[in-house]
Amino acid sequence: MTEHHEPTSFAFDAESNASIEKIVARYPAGKQASAVIPLLYIVQRQMKRMTDSGWVPRVGMDAVAARLSMAPIRVYEVATFYFMFNTKPIGRFHLQVCGTTPCWLRGSDAVLKACKDAGGLKGYGDTSADGNFTLSEVECMGGCVNAPILCVDDDYYEDLDYESTVKLIEALKRGERPTPGSVIGRQTSAPVGGPITLLDVAGE
Amino acid sequence: MAKVTIDGIEVEVPNGASVLQACEAAGIEIPRFCYHERLSVAGNCRMCLVEVEKAPKPVASCAFPVADGMKVFTDTEMVRRARRGVMEFLLINHPLDCPICDQGGECDLQDQAVAYGGGASRYKEEKRVVKDKYMGPLVKTIMTRCIQCTRCIRFATEVAGTAELGATSRGEHMEVGTYVEKALTSELSGNLIDICPVGALTSRPYAFVSRPWELSKADGIDVLDATGTNIRIDTRGGEVLRILPRTNEEVNEEWMADRGRFSFDGLKRKRLDRPWVRQGGKLVPATWQEAFSAIAAAFTAPGAKLGALAGELADVESTLALKELMASLGSSNLDCRTDGAAIDTSRRDFYSFNTSIAGIEEADALLIIGSNPRTESPVINARIRKRVVAGGFPVGVVGPQGLDLTYGHDWLGEGGATLRALASGAHRFCEVLRNAKKPMLILGRNALARADGATLLAVAWQIAAFNGMLKPDWHGFNLLHRFGGQHGALDLGFVSGLPMAKMLTGGVDALWVMGADGLDLSAVPASTFVVVQGHHGEAAAARADVILPGAAYTEKDAAWVNTEGRVQLGFQAVHPPGEAREDWKVLRAASAALGKPLPFDTLEALRARLVSAYPVFAQGDALPHYVCTNTAGPAGDISGLRDDALALPAGNYWQQDPISRASETMAECARTYAAPAALAAE
Repeated sequence: MTEHHEPTSFAFDAESNASIEKIVARYPAGKQASAVIPLLYIVQRQMKRMTDSGWVPRVGMDAVAARLSMAPIRVYEVATFYFMFNTKPIGRFHLQVCGTTPCWLRGSDAVLKACKDAGGLKGYGDTSADGNFTLSEVECMGGCVNAPILCVDDDYYEDLDYESTVKLIEALKRGERPTPGSVIGRQTSAPVGGPITLLDVAGE
Repeated sequence: MAKVTIDGIEVEVPNGASVLQACEAAGIEIPRFCYHERLSVAGNCRMCLVEVEKAPKPVASCAFPVADGMKVFTDTEMVRRARRGVMEFLLINHPLDCPICDQGGECDLQDQAVAYGGGASRYKEEKRVVKDKYMGPLVKTIMTRCIQCTRCIRFATEVAGTAELGATSRGEHMEVGTYVEKALTSELSGNLIDICPVGALTSRPYAFVSRPWELSKADGIDVLDATGTNIRIDTRGGEVLRILPRTNEEVNEEWMADRGRFSFDGLKRKRLDRPWVRQGGKLVPATWQEAFSAIAAAFTAPGAKLGALAGELADVESTLALKELMASLGSSNLDCRTDGAAIDTSRRDFYSFNTSIAGIEEADALLIIGSNPRTESPVINARIRKRVVAGGFPVGVVGPQGLDLTYGHDWLGEGGATLRALASGAHRFCEVLRNAKKPMLILGRNALARADGATLLAVAWQIAAFNGMLKPDWHGFNLLHRFGGQHGALDLGFVSGLPMAKMLTGGVDALWVMGADGLDLSAVPASTFVVVQGHHGEAAAARADVILPGAAYTEKDAAWVNTEGRVQLGFQAVHPPGEAREDWKVLRAASAALGKPLPFDTLEALRARLVSAYPVFAQGDALPHYVCTNTAGPAGDISGLRDDALALPAGNYWQQDPISRASETMAECARTYAAPAALAAE
């Protein structure tokens, strides 16, 4: 395990506090602990805003524990259980390659190779030397119809192949943020080329 | 009730019981790792699989509720194969380091692998390795051995109330630990060692010391707090190697506090192992005969005023022997309240834990006055916590603010003003207590060690009387003592004549101090001849004119009375060091030298006298259900109560008595925990 710098303090900012209030209000009194996962996301996003690296430092988990009146260890358990929470600093963009069967069959190996080549990454878990990218393998994200998928931070990019992935990464490097969704212009999950059913309405 | 048939044996168990409990009721052993009857059910080790009629798969019996008419089979081919399979999986990542594992010989995994395992593994790949965790000076971890049963996590969270252990990461990478490296802050951490079914959590002081089959075992009573925890003292070659709790549902269940468990290394240090006599201002080694001659000269001098003190670690028999010796010498100046607590001995329920420890579970409201049960009796605190967790148990505290009792409580105030309000009904918490059916209060003994202590005791009793704690069918007044010898000496009426303060300041010409090794006698004037009988060379020995070496609690057969008034016998595990002897024998020999031989030559004869003179000792270790038919309280004027804050015992939890102060392990704990304690005090 590589060492990393843990901040010594963490406090929710105004934006985070506003969302926390909304989230905690969803749960009955005394059951605030239910909000632990959304609050960990809030920590991760605030870290992204503050440091350009979306991760959950230990002091952030402590802040969640204090806010929800939980024992800190109960928050550590949740934060370390879920891969979505980065307990170590990551690059500016989190490239999450889906390697589950549908994406794999549709060419996720090429997406992975493109990430490595264009992003300057050695493999899963690696952060590029320029601090731009961290590469992770994720399990099925539920977008199999438009496989293969690369999830950048919270955005899905679909129907990728080697070239389009490289293009996407180069755009990210330039500071652009291409519109999420299918890169081949597919409308939501409709067939490639446009909808083909219910086009011929009887009597028309 | 549900009728269940286990392997053809029909048993009746309560609805909601688990199949595993039903099997136990039928006398059938079910192997298990994660299941523990005092913890919540986790159901993750899968070792307890049994076959249930009409169930398609084996079921985890610990988590499967019984149903009327259910037929369970625990010895079919399916069950045997299931157990073999589970065992093979558990052993995949378990190292085969039994020869160097401290759990070896008393390991659940070892035993059950032999009994239910398959004998060989098909696993040829790399085993998982887990980094050891630091959990403080008492618990040693070898986390590669962990089978992730989560008993320790549940114990820390549920029983100890210090949720510091957890399972982080998942799957292959799941690890049990504190995540952030820290020493566990529980006073019950030693129990983690007992409940760990494998060698992942073992005793750090006991590491590589001995094998269980090499040990001689003696039943004892822990006297380092007043709980009266039942213990087993394991020894080899005349040396105490470890102390473990014994199960006693009414006292300690199966838990034990860390000070009692780990401080025994103090029994080997700073010991008084021979008599000493002061000659020319200096203590010099002496023979028993020389010591007795010096004592005889002082105690039989014509017109000499005599007195005796019995301290917190004096056993019942010796205290009686001392009392009889003083009586035969014509003195009734006796005091056993060496901590200065103003205790009224006129009635037993004025100084007893009348609700009883098990009775806490019946109570429905609690008021704690001037006590931190977490450090004064961690095991009783665990029982209070158990009751709090069960729900409907408001706890109010009068004393220092911000105590971490491991359960939520309502801080009412810090001293006299709050107590007066509670006694008169003016306080809001009175409403809570008066609405309760079985309210109780716990008064810390240390709170009574102040100038207006007698008044404080009277006020506490008035609070109990006013708030419905004293009833013909319920006694809610409880005094929490601090050491194993305190209640017994009070039962013997070792309080008469001059009080301790007078005896220590020249009120007597010759003073006999027993079992109070830590008592500061520096104020005793040079004209007073002081005999110190004890086992550790501490403050008292420094001022002694004669030192008589006695036996510690592991070194004598003796009766002890816990804070509830329960009389329990401890047995000798090892011999006292050097020339030291059991205290009653020392007193018997001294009495002969003084020309007033005590009328008993054996412990049996002494105990016969004890039982005939004090019938309370005839009841054995059974405890009657105390009730209160006389609500008249100890004397004291409520208006005389000062407003001062109530004081808790000084110093850290780890070093409270001569034995734990001599212990290197406890010193290490004090060093480790000193910083957090200082923070908590702020």
